[in-house]
Amino acid sequence: MSNSRIQNSESRILVKGGRVIDPQNRRDEVLDILIEDGLIAKIEAKIEDAKAEVIDLKGKYVFPGLVDMHVHLREPGREDEETIASGSRAAAAGGFTAIACMPNTQPVIDSQGLVQFIKSRQIPECRVYPVGAITKGSLGEELAEIGDMYQSGAVGISDDGKPVTNSNLMRRALDYCRMFDIPVISHCEDKFLSADGAMNEGALATKLGLRGIPNAAEAAMAARDVMLADLTGGRVHIAHVSCAETVDIIRRAKRAGIKVTAETCPQYFILSEEAVIGYDSMMRVNPPLRSKADVMTIIDALKDGTIDCIVTDHAPHSSEEKEVEFDQAPCGMLGLETSLGLCWTYLVEKNILTASQLVEKMAVNPARILKIQNPVEPKAQANLTIFDPKAEWEVDPTKFKSKSRNTPFKGYKLKGKAVMTIVNGQQIKI
Amino acid sequence: MKWNKKDLLDLESLSSEEMSMILDTAKSFREVLNRPIKKVPILRGKTIVNMFFEPSTRTSASFDMAAKRLMADTVNISPKTSAVQKGETLLDTARNLEAMKIDLVVMRHSSSGAPHFLASRIKAGVINAGDGQHAHPTQGLLDMFTIKERRGGFEGLNVLIVGDITHSRVARSNINGLIKMGAKVSVCGPSTLVPVGIEQLGVKVYYNLDEAIPQADVINVLRLQLERQKKGLLPSLREYSLQFCLDKERMAKAKKDVTIMHPGPMNRGVEIDPDVADGEQSVILDQVTNGVAVRMAVLYLLSGGDAPLAEAIKKEA
Repeated sequence: MSNSRIQNSESRILVKGGRVIDPQNRRDEVLDILIEDGLIAKIEAKIEDAKAEVIDLKGKYVFPGLVDMHVHLREPGREDEETIASGSRAAAAGGFTAIACMPNTQPVIDSQGLVQFIKSRQIPECRVYPVGAITKGSLGEELAEIGDMYQSGAVGISDDGKPVTNSNLMRRALDYCRMFDIPVISHCEDKFLSADGAMNEGALATKLGLRGIPNAAEAAMAARDVMLADLTGGRVHIAHVSCAETVDIIRRAKRAGIKVTAETCPQYFILSEEAVIGYDSMMRVNPPLRSKADVMTIIDALKDGTIDCIVTDHAPHSSEEKEVEFDQAPCGMLGLETSLGLCWTYLVEKNILTASQLVEKMAVNPARILKIQNPVEPKAQANLTIFDPKAEWEVDPTKFKSKSRNTPFKGYKLKGKAVMTIVNGQQIKI
Repeated sequence: MKWNKKDLLDLESLSSEEMSMILDTAKSFREVLNRPIKKVPILRGKTIVNMFFEPSTRTSASFDMAAKRLMADTVNISPKTSAVQKGETLLDTARNLEAMKIDLVVMRHSSSGAPHFLASRIKAGVINAGDGQHAHPTQGLLDMFTIKERRGGFEGLNVLIVGDITHSRVARSNINGLIKMGAKVSVCGPSTLVPVGIEQLGVKVYYNLDEAIPQADVINVLRLQLERQKKGLLPSLREYSLQFCLDKERMAKAKKDVTIMHPGPMNRGVEIDPDVADGEQSVILDQVTNGVAVRMAVLYLLSGGDAPLAEAIKKEA
């Protein structure tokens, strides 16, 4: 529906001279791509087409459209913090061509009608894929109508932020989702263990007088969920992995052939708990920023493939709610507009990941897990991210397209920036 | 040496010289408190706002009294009577107060770091009168003043802190202050109430009070919050008392000249035996008196402290 509206059926675009990095098709070379009527027509070393609008991409990189599979768009309910439109513009500015939004809105996205509402609010700047709730109202009591939501466009289910405490219910969810081959995205947190914690548990929390959240609060539930995935044969996707113990559980589960995938966010491989010194509430996030040793383990897990995806967990908060006492502030950080620059600067420039590996984690793997159509192949819808690896820029929240400003990366000097995306064949200028 | 800090947020951020400066200044004010007329006019014209977002009798009265003895104007705000009740944020409350041209804010708050938050956003000086479980610097200083008064100094002194260390800002400020001044600090409490990584602050940890007592020159007994039992941190008050109450039997194992302290308010019979609290070794009421002197010193120094102290004090003598 919305796709046909935003397509320009007359268009011929020739994307010329860019380095195409597409690990899915094992490509890393300078190629031209001709886009006709929104679809990729040809990918060849040299294409000439007098009728096409030519986009000269010399020195730029062409990625499969980036996919962020974990964002919060706040609509419906908190449109003062973000809307589907503002979040989509923020996503485009950050180089994303598709995002999956979590269901913890007001009301919770737990029915077919609400899934369709989200889809109906899409704008051309970015494709939006709703994640439905696991349980009605995310209350952890009864399964939501998962089949109906799936058939209206939900790409996965999650009670993000309100993990399913009842293990039997979680078992049923994983079992039920096998019918649709969609993942259950698990925000792993034993709420009894995390209690009223405000930061990572340890000597620093003791020093700062803030209540701690132990790694076990995350890892204990991750362990349960991989066991339930094993039991049911369902697919579990572990959200925002923050600590070494969880990495270990996922690594072992993958070796055992259990259907588990995992994601982490830039804050968990760039920032450590020490960012909390000074009580800046921008640093409050759930799971909390962990120890330096955990950060090193997350980096290793990105390298060895234990962690499949990099997502943002983009969580807009209004300044009057966020700029308060540390333990009173809501958890969460913006991410859409900084993620690619952070990943390039802190992973690729530091030789932790190759460009191709980064594209796997930010495009190929999330698209595969959510079964989002995103290939760079003839006859496919053109969804591309155009990236300038040399662009140097500074994070300035006042320039964000997001309605909120709560980034912990204000003032960071980054290298690498998306300069354009192509969404369903249409150019989106940044 | 001249005082050059805008705020007093915790003892961790003070040097030993700065702490000594406060303690020395407090000594001069302590003498003032013995006079028939206990006022010196050195903060005349200054306005001090006391914002207590948590209930407090001793500390708020002590700060208020300290300010009045220095002849500053004081405004007392508690959450029940303020716009906080109407949903105003801390930042807005503070900005509004600042617009009224105040000089210092004394704040108690249940959130650790709340005074740091405030201090970085307003021009007026901020004094932390207790934030969450983080710091209570004036309590730490008055405890140090009292120890110095009784024991002459800190070097090599063994100070034992007993009780709920996890939730205690008093413990943290004592640890940070005393270690910097050369004392050796140990803590003793149930393992559920001794926080992870406390050793990294430089203290020795005991879980058995009988083993900890004999080495101590000073025993600082903390108040046990009675709701800890409900949170599952303790089986019962009875059991706590059996293991950790400083009673007469345990006192028999202590050094003869041991000094007994308690920041108050006391749960007599829970963490401390009434006879021990009121006994000869106890300096618990001295702590209260010294608290006023220490807070006078802090208010004086943070208000600029430019009037030469000796002269200022002499004026009204």
